[in-house]
Amino acid sequence: MAATTFKAIYNDDDVLMNAVKKIRSEKYHIEEVYTPFPVHGLDKAMGLADTRIAITSFMYGCLGLTVAIVMMNYIMIADWPQDIGGKPSFSYLENMPAFVPIMFEMTVFFAAHLMVITFYLRSRMWPFKKAENPDVRTTDDHFLVEVEVGDDEEALKSLLLETGAVEVHVPKKK
Amino acid sequence: MYTFSNRLKLGSYIAMAIGLICLATGFLTAPSNVEEAKAMVASAHGDGHGGHGEEAGHHGAEGEKEYMQESGHGEESAHGGSHDASHDEHLLHQLQNRPWAALYVAAFFFFMIALGVLAFYAVQRAAQAGWSPLLFRVMEGITAYLVPGGIIVFVILVLSVLHMNHMFVWMDADVVAHDKLLQGKAGYLNPTFFLVRAAIFLGGWIFYREYSRKLSLAQDESDDNSNFVKNFRWSAAFLVFYLVTESMMSWDWIMSLDPHWFSTLFGWYVFASMFVSGITTIAIITIYLKSKGYLEQVNDSHIHDLAKFMFGISIFWTYLWFAQFMLIWYANIPEEVTYFVARFQDYQLPFLGMVAMNFIFPLLVLMNSDYKRVNWFVIMTGIVVLLGHYLDVFVMVMPATVGDQWYIGLPEIGGILFFGGLFTFWVFNTLTKVPLQPKRNPFVEESRQFHY
Repeated sequence: MAATTFKAIYNDDDVLMNAVKKIRSEKYHIEEVYTPFPVHGLDKAMGLADTRIAITSFMYGCLGLTVAIVMMNYIMIADWPQDIGGKPSFSYLENMPAFVPIMFEMTVFFAAHLMVITFYLRSRMWPFKKAENPDVRTTDDHFLVEVEVGDDEEALKSLLLETGAVEVHVPKKK
Repeated sequence: MYTFSNRLKLGSYIAMAIGLICLATGFLTAPSNVEEAKAMVASAHGDGHGGHGEEAGHHGAEGEKEYMQESGHGEESAHGGSHDASHDEHLLHQLQNRPWAALYVAAFFFFMIALGVLAFYAVQRAAQAGWSPLLFRVMEGITAYLVPGGIIVFVILVLSVLHMNHMFVWMDADVVAHDKLLQGKAGYLNPTFFLVRAAIFLGGWIFYREYSRKLSLAQDESDDNSNFVKNFRWSAAFLVFYLVTESMMSWDWIMSLDPHWFSTLFGWYVFASMFVSGITTIAIITIYLKSKGYLEQVNDSHIHDLAKFMFGISIFWTYLWFAQFMLIWYANIPEEVTYFVARFQDYQLPFLGMVAMNFIFPLLVLMNSDYKRVNWFVIMTGIVVLLGHYLDVFVMVMPATVGDQWYIGLPEIGGILFFGGLFTFWVFNTLTKVPLQPKRNPFVEESRQFHY
């Protein structure tokens, strides 16, 4: 049987924060929280793991730097080392200052774009994706917490109301 | 209230004493005539001592000519007829300059830290930053060094004008008489105007420092925010004054050591160097005081912010360093490029080493958000950054004053020890004067709660 969830709706982010802490301290599992804007500290209250997207970005930056160096070393030094305006094309190091602007830009380009794409993939966002929104009001001024139902439905319902929920939706039994 | 620990006080006395002895030794062993200078260089070669393998190349007949053309000092063009004699005299001046330049680099370096902190402090006040008021007393403690440090730098400049050394070639009337370029610049680069400007710069900076400190302390005792508002206005006005005078100061005190050369972004470059050294010093002293239990309200988020500034301004410094270098390298115009040719030929290790110390090291170490909160990591990076910026000033000053006769020996280390000791003594002595936490700053509660 698929786990069924209660949907509790709040209308204030401070109430939401306290509710999340309370629900977790009562050992209920929070499936998901929907908010119209970032609520500072919510990830900590929910006990979510830190994001590692900055680490991926660093690696993408290293990749971009490598691409720039290999590309320019091949084109400017190895393949056709022309004398262009007296610049020393004998080795990469001798002509490096001229390559630095491109090395920098490529590093930033790779780090930024690949990180954004990673973010889209990881958070499953793309054009024409069907919105996963349990209640349209969560994009405007309401906050919604999905809590997995344990054995005692009544206890959970009263807990949610106690934490300040303005509505608690109980899923229909199938 | 902070009490100056006896060990630190003793340490600063010892550093000053040893530094003074080393500096005196440097001055006493400087050659007084051409024969001594030649003997010194010859004996240095005989031992193969000093890590100056490359020197040999410069003293071959061709290397000598090439170097003289490149260095472009007034002396050579003045005595173009007698090459050997002029070279010997040039060498004598370089060797005589060495203790002076060592003194000047160290004096300027510690003075510039205090000035950088003053700029940072004014920025924090003008921006009405909410995180930093807890650190204001620490910054005010560091900027107290502006008075003795500024006076010492000024005295060195006065002694240069009085021909006690040969650091600033344009101060030598003989040289100017034979040098068209210097004659053209004499309207700006003349001893009287030079000293007047220096006095105005120092006077303005010291005035702001003392007045802002007074307002800052008065704010603690008052029952409204008028002192705070006044301080905000003075800080904003100071920043305008500072940006103009700092830029001119860098032309006067550093760029005019190479009076044939000029660079338009030099003022910014010197500014970046002093700003990052200043911020680093704030971080180091804050962490030290915190570890001794004097800044209990300062938390890791404050350190994190300081480390972010260290990281960002280090990159800003590198950006300016590279922009200056790359533009000149790319265009390769002879009258500009001599500056970097001299540095690349005779100063390769410090010139490139400081890029590693001031850019690559802090870039890799301080990039991670968690590491910025690890206090010993920040201290370690800070020490490397400070040494790197000492080298930066060293590479700005030395090639023009001592040329290829440089060496980091007794006078250089003595300079660092003496001024480091004086700086430590003065700063920590000022910190004992008032409580380390501002009482009535409107933002102090925000700063206390600051959390990142």
